[in-house]
Amino acid sequence: MSTVAQIDEVKSNPWGGGRSPFSVEYGKLMMWFFLLSDVFTFSALLIFYGAMRFKNLSWPEPDYVFQSAPGIHGNAPLVFVGIMTFILIFSSVTMVLAVEAGHRKSKAEVIKWMVLTIIGGFTFLSCQAWEWSHLIHEGMNLHHNPFLNANGTPGAVQFGQLFFVITGFHGFHVFTGVIINIIILVNVIAGTYERRGHYNMVEKVGLYWHFVDLVWVFVFTFFYLV
Amino acid sequence: MSAHEQHTSAAHHEEHGSMGKGLIWKVFFILLGITVVEFIIALGISNEVMPQHIKNVVYIILTLAKAAYIVAYFMHLKFERVGLILGIILPILFIMYFIVLMMIEGNALLPVLN
Repeated sequence: MSTVAQIDEVKSNPWGGGRSPFSVEYGKLMMWFFLLSDVFTFSALLIFYGAMRFKNLSWPEPDYVFQSAPGIHGNAPLVFVGIMTFILIFSSVTMVLAVEAGHRKSKAEVIKWMVLTIIGGFTFLSCQAWEWSHLIHEGMNLHHNPFLNANGTPGAVQFGQLFFVITGFHGFHVFTGVIINIIILVNVIAGTYERRGHYNMVEKVGLYWHFVDLVWVFVFTFFYLV
Repeated sequence: MSAHEQHTSAAHHEEHGSMGKGLIWKVFFILLGITVVEFIIALGISNEVMPQHIKNVVYIILTLAKAAYIVAYFMHLKFERVGLILGIILPILFIMYFIVLMMIEGNALLPVLN
């Protein structure tokens, strides 16, 4: 009986060592870990937001604060943010379709869906720029909030700061997502992934893009609905 | 090593068979439908019929449902190994608990600060 045979024995169970127990590509695993750390960052902001909401007796009414949309005179509560939400969900779908086309190694389709994703990202950013400039013109900034609380008392001062920091941080993620998408698109067009034999990079940037959509789902609920 | 790579890429290919175009559009319409329901609750139902605190609970449940669909299908987590799913989901559950704790803390500060 020798010990060598035992060491050389092929380990077949996932946690036996010698291979990744997660059975995903290294870069994809690291993207997941990065996204998890990004979850921590965003939740730090949302934790503070939640604590502030609960320590104030009242809070500005979202139906009243976010009631403007370009081209609409009069009140249209939540219409504009509804359009923004739709754009972001749709760009998430085009991204996942690009990933799906990548699995079939169909370069033309990957290009088509990625271009649509990038257009969606830019449209969302433009909408956000309009909303920000509108609110700034109404007098909201990092240390001032012109909107009254729902119960008629002077508005919570943290409202402006929290709104601009959280949506700004999310918008910055959308912006980086668009830039990374453009870089990957250039590589797709140049045929880098065709030569490599797989479109895993499209999948990785896809993960990041869906995460951006995911954060918006929460920002939308906690700023515009609750 | 190359045998291992072949194995993972083959496994990879198999896994992705489950995420076809039909399912992608189905998930899209589920997400869209949930968002439309949220708008109907926000704009169509008055606070007399449905008090704000009940609305908030509904919003949060719907938001978590949307998040689950995005993570499970669009980010493909549902089709990954159990180890990876647990590695991602467990820390997030603790964060959600932390958020609840800080809301309780904010609530405790309410009579002190006002």
